[in-house]
Amino acid sequence: MKVNTMAEFMAKGEQPEVLFWVGCAGSFDQRAQKITKAFATILDKAGVNYAILGKEEACTGDPARRAGNEFMFQMMAYQNIQVLNGYNIKKIVTTCPHCFNTLKNEYPVLGGNYEVIHHTQFLQELIEQGKIKFTDSNEWKGKSITYHDSCYLGRANEIYEAPRKVLESLDMELREMKRCKSKGLCCGAGGAQMFKEEEKGDKRINTERADEALATKSDFVASACPFCNTMMTDGIKNRTEEVHTEVLDIAEIIAKAIQ
Amino acid sequence: MALIAEILFSILTGTALFLFSKNLLTIRRNILIGKEAFINDRPAERWKQVILLAFGQKKMFRNPLVAILHLFVYVGFIIINIELLEIIVDGITGSHRAFAPLLGTSYDLLINSFEILAALVLIACVVFYSRRNIIRLKRFISKDLNGWPRSDANAILITEIVLMGLFLIMNAADPASNFLISSYLKPLFNSFNESQLSVIEHTAWWIHIIGIYAFMNYLPYSKHLHIILAFPNAYYAPLEPKGKMHNMQSIQNEVLYAMQPEMAPTEAAAPEKFGAKDVMDLSWKNLMDAYSCTECGRCSAACPANLTGKLLSPRKIMMSTRDRLEAVGKNIDANKAFVDDGKSLLHDYITVEELRACTTCNACVEECPVSISPMDIILELRRSLVMEESNAPAEWNGMFSNIENNFAPWKFSPDDRDAWTSQS
Repeated sequence: MKVNTMAEFMAKGEQPEVLFWVGCAGSFDQRAQKITKAFATILDKAGVNYAILGKEEACTGDPARRAGNEFMFQMMAYQNIQVLNGYNIKKIVTTCPHCFNTLKNEYPVLGGNYEVIHHTQFLQELIEQGKIKFTDSNEWKGKSITYHDSCYLGRANEIYEAPRKVLESLDMELREMKRCKSKGLCCGAGGAQMFKEEEKGDKRINTERADEALATKSDFVASACPFCNTMMTDGIKNRTEEVHTEVLDIAEIIAKAIQ
Repeated sequence: MALIAEILFSILTGTALFLFSKNLLTIRRNILIGKEAFINDRPAERWKQVILLAFGQKKMFRNPLVAILHLFVYVGFIIINIELLEIIVDGITGSHRAFAPLLGTSYDLLINSFEILAALVLIACVVFYSRRNIIRLKRFISKDLNGWPRSDANAILITEIVLMGLFLIMNAADPASNFLISSYLKPLFNSFNESQLSVIEHTAWWIHIIGIYAFMNYLPYSKHLHIILAFPNAYYAPLEPKGKMHNMQSIQNEVLYAMQPEMAPTEAAAPEKFGAKDVMDLSWKNLMDAYSCTECGRCSAACPANLTGKLLSPRKIMMSTRDRLEAVGKNIDANKAFVDDGKSLLHDYITVEELRACTTCNACVEECPVSISPMDIILELRRSLVMEESNAPAEWNGMFSNIENNFAPWKFSPDDRDAWTSQS
């Protein structure tokens, strides 16, 4: 698919309405790439004038900072803010709650001030504005789904409604897990845990959460974070031998229903 | 005789207040061992937090039944302390129910409402005691509370039950009284004559007031200090989104000077410690958090690491911080200034394994009814581990070097960052 970079926009002397911050998982992880492509497809179909940074994008520094490596975080932040400010970026949308949190909350004090929104918020906006229209016979109608709250979207930034509103707009039956919204249980990936083995315990965190998701007996599990997606998929695989309940990002669900 | 009682009472009150203020000042000094944190912006929003979180106990209502029982104890505690004023006036002047003539019929109304509250407090404390010792809720039987903390919690509940009992007995034994709850206790005292009743009433009165003074002076040594510190702790709680980590200006500057040497000051600043190794490296808010902790364990019950059997318990992080702070405080008392005792919060009180298990999910912060952030302490200790000791698991070191060399936590070529655009 053709996705324009900021450099290309600049060469034409144009400015896109929004920058799509893809994030490392969305760029490199095979599973997360599908989410990225789904979201880019939606942006195209909704007629959003957007750009990516392409090769100029770099890790926001979130996992380094949470692991304790403030130097590495500051290096990445400095570099990214130089690039973003150089392109005079005003608005950013991202499919990763970790990038979202860092760009929105941690860059301003370092000189990076942007309007930052998460893709679930953006999708909700596009649906409300009528820019996303669903096919009459979309495959999700009447299907049950449980939404797993990402910690960095939920508790960290108090975004609980946008992802749910998007799912409800598809006439899906939303089933809540025992622990949801502000009480939602972590998937186990945050705080740089994604990049190391879990500490010694009697259960894996993603197994615990997968059990809760499976207990809702939903047809699908929805996620809004590429790391949650990986953790939930693995957790569910460990629990069910044959039929796996599919874990889908909200962008993937919308992309399949869009006209 | 009466005069001796009055003098004795005055001395008792003076001593109790003196010791209590002395202990509070020590706690204040200990909290101020922490680093300066400038938290005084947006006062209107901060007062709102005090009203909602401290006075309104908003977080407690995540579990409505327990919240209502706790509310009885809390309202009871505040209102019944108005009665304490009368007790003190009676004690010092030798009067009996000094407020009765002043308030007329509304006095009975007042005491009746105190009695109802006293009964509710008593019931709530009995329920709380059984939750801890008979129903044995998971967060109360946790090993976090082994030893003194468990006795502390039970001692407080038993004291409350006894104090409320004494208040009711005192009223019941007063022959002239006829109040809502204590009148039901009057049959117990039928067999006593008037002078015996007077002795019972006065004994209950004395034990009640001595009990209150003892409780007040027990507070500084107990988890129960939250009844005072919950208020300032709500005021100073962060107003920003929970996901925002505290910025390290010194490192921000280092990076800036490395990138733009012309910005660097000509005189090099003294090297600073990175992160927190000990309590003096934490902020005073972190330390006030430690003193505010009620050890209720809502944080640990919600912690994904703790509930899957990892060593980490956010409650224990707070308890360890307070233990270390009190040890440092005693060290200062003994030596006038802190003398290195070869120990530190990191390693000696909180282990690396505990710190490594945190997913920074903010569940502990969300649950805390008194606005504590165990996560903030965990992250400051992690900073010290990584930046002062280069102590990180091999996988994290790999992640760091990937970010440094490939600008992503995995070893992919930065040139492939947009490769997804050309895949089908």
